[in-house]
Amino acid sequence: MSATQSPASTKAMTLLLYRSLLRTSRKFSAYNFREYALRRTRDAFRDHMSETDPRAIQEFLTKAENSLSMLKRQTSISQMYKFNEQVVESRPKKGISVV
Amino acid sequence: MQVSVIRRLANSGLRASASFTTKRAVLGCCQQRSYVSNSKTRNAVATTDTPLTSPPPSQFNPAITEAAAEILQSAELVDTDKRPIYLDMQATTPLDPRVLDVMLQFYTGLYGNPHSRTHAYGWETDVAVEQARVHVANLIGADPKEIIFTSGATESNNMSVKGVARFYQNKKKHIITSQTEHKCVLDSCRHLQDEGFDVTYLPVQSNGLIDLAQLEAEIRPDTSLVSIMTVNNEIGVIQPIDEIGKICRKHKVFFHTDGAQAVGKIPLDVNKSNIDLMSISAHKIYGPKGIGACYVRRRPRVRLDPIITGGGQERGLRSGTLAAPLIAGFGEACRIAKEEMPYDSKHISALSKRLSDGLLAMDHTIRNGDADRHYPGCVNVSFAYVEGESLLMALKDIALSSGSACTSSSLEPSYVLRALGADDALAHSSIRFGIGRFTTVEEIDYVLNAVRERVTFLRELSPLWEMVQEGIDLESIEWSQH
Repeated sequence: MSATQSPASTKAMTLLLYRSLLRTSRKFSAYNFREYALRRTRDAFRDHMSETDPRAIQEFLTKAENSLSMLKRQTSISQMYKFNEQVVESRPKKGISVV
Repeated sequence: MQVSVIRRLANSGLRASASFTTKRAVLGCCQQRSYVSNSKTRNAVATTDTPLTSPPPSQFNPAITEAAAEILQSAELVDTDKRPIYLDMQATTPLDPRVLDVMLQFYTGLYGNPHSRTHAYGWETDVAVEQARVHVANLIGADPKEIIFTSGATESNNMSVKGVARFYQNKKKHIITSQTEHKCVLDSCRHLQDEGFDVTYLPVQSNGLIDLAQLEAEIRPDTSLVSIMTVNNEIGVIQPIDEIGKICRKHKVFFHTDGAQAVGKIPLDVNKSNIDLMSISAHKIYGPKGIGACYVRRRPRVRLDPIITGGGQERGLRSGTLAAPLIAGFGEACRIAKEEMPYDSKHISALSKRLSDGLLAMDHTIRNGDADRHYPGCVNVSFAYVEGESLLMALKDIALSSGSACTSSSLEPSYVLRALGADDALAHSSIRFGIGRFTTVEEIDYVLNAVRERVTFLRELSPLWEMVQEGIDLESIEWSQH
């Protein structure tokens, strides 16, 4: 994606990225990592909600894309080594966790 | 023929593994405690009849595919045992997935020795190691050349305390430390005492902080080193390192600080605080276990007598091949810690406030350590009329500790709390809650509920509590001797 793209397509792109980050975060089998990934993603996007500088937006989106590929790798590893559920954990609803 | 050979091999393998496990069981991590405390080794072996989690911890599925992931997800775990909430972040922290992501490439493709100068395998790991050094240095405001990688904070502490003392031993024979230091500093000082050094163990005030005037008064012309930790591992108090650094610089004494619990959690600057040596540990900041660093100032130069000699790596201060995967992970952990420090401290402070407000609202609970000069991620609270160890047993669904992990197997009260002047009963009833990056609000609420419930339960059982409720002053009781 280049900085010359229209604001509308940037917005769509950002939403898509946000949704896939949240979806991937839910795949962590470890409770604490899952909750952190969800919280961190939401807070990061909320903090940058009113960002107007195109360079800063671009930087943020690149970072988010890198995070997404990291999350994809790490959630698969988390799926490989499973541990018992944690005491406060409420099971993620079926269908949401595996997309 | 071949079959019998295999069988013999298998047998010997079995025997070897059996002897290995017994050896592990006998040798605890803190066997050599005799220099510091008088506890006997037999006291240091804790056995529990009921293991916390019975099933093997991990289930490894080698060939994982997208389809297998789905099956795994829907499959109910056979065992219903749940894992406890982890609230022992001072002992160690979980490895951040972002750190593991960086480390894995060094366990798969980038396996070169960073000291190999003759080929690309060495160059690429060398670049990664130097990059990690920059990240570690940035976190504490140092120059990358001043970072020496070690195996952890214990090695760094040993290297600093023994190294400085021994290098300057012809002229200077005196070391100052505090009574609440970590055991590895205290033990290094005991060793130096055996070698003929003079060590002053500064007492602390009842809030856990050292008295600066007393420190200055104790400095002698032959003092070579002052070693005071930044954040205490048991009570979380932050020592006034800026002021200590100033005093040490004024008297031309080297200042070493054990920053294992502080680096990456509170803002630190070695130049602003005039720190000459600092110990750093990776596994306290969501990095890998088995790696740490020692900051050694170059200007004015601090000279050390190295403990490990050999190939002359790390400026000759710590020889041995660098563990590139661990160092890369350590560097990434430092980078994340610096980047996320404002976000993490906001989260940890909020949880800490929620937890300590809830705990201190209970009857007869006391916070140990200073309430203001305090790292929020460490909340140490004493529950009067409850025995700390029995509370820990009652709180099996929460992973907690009454103090340092090294001493958690002994039933003695913590020497740190005793140094604060807490009486034995209160020191016995203290519990440390460690909050970290991955702790959630739900966990804190669960902990508050569980603690309230079980402290009440245990107090109901206690005859002392009954007397307190009846208004009998416990001090006035004359206990009969049996």
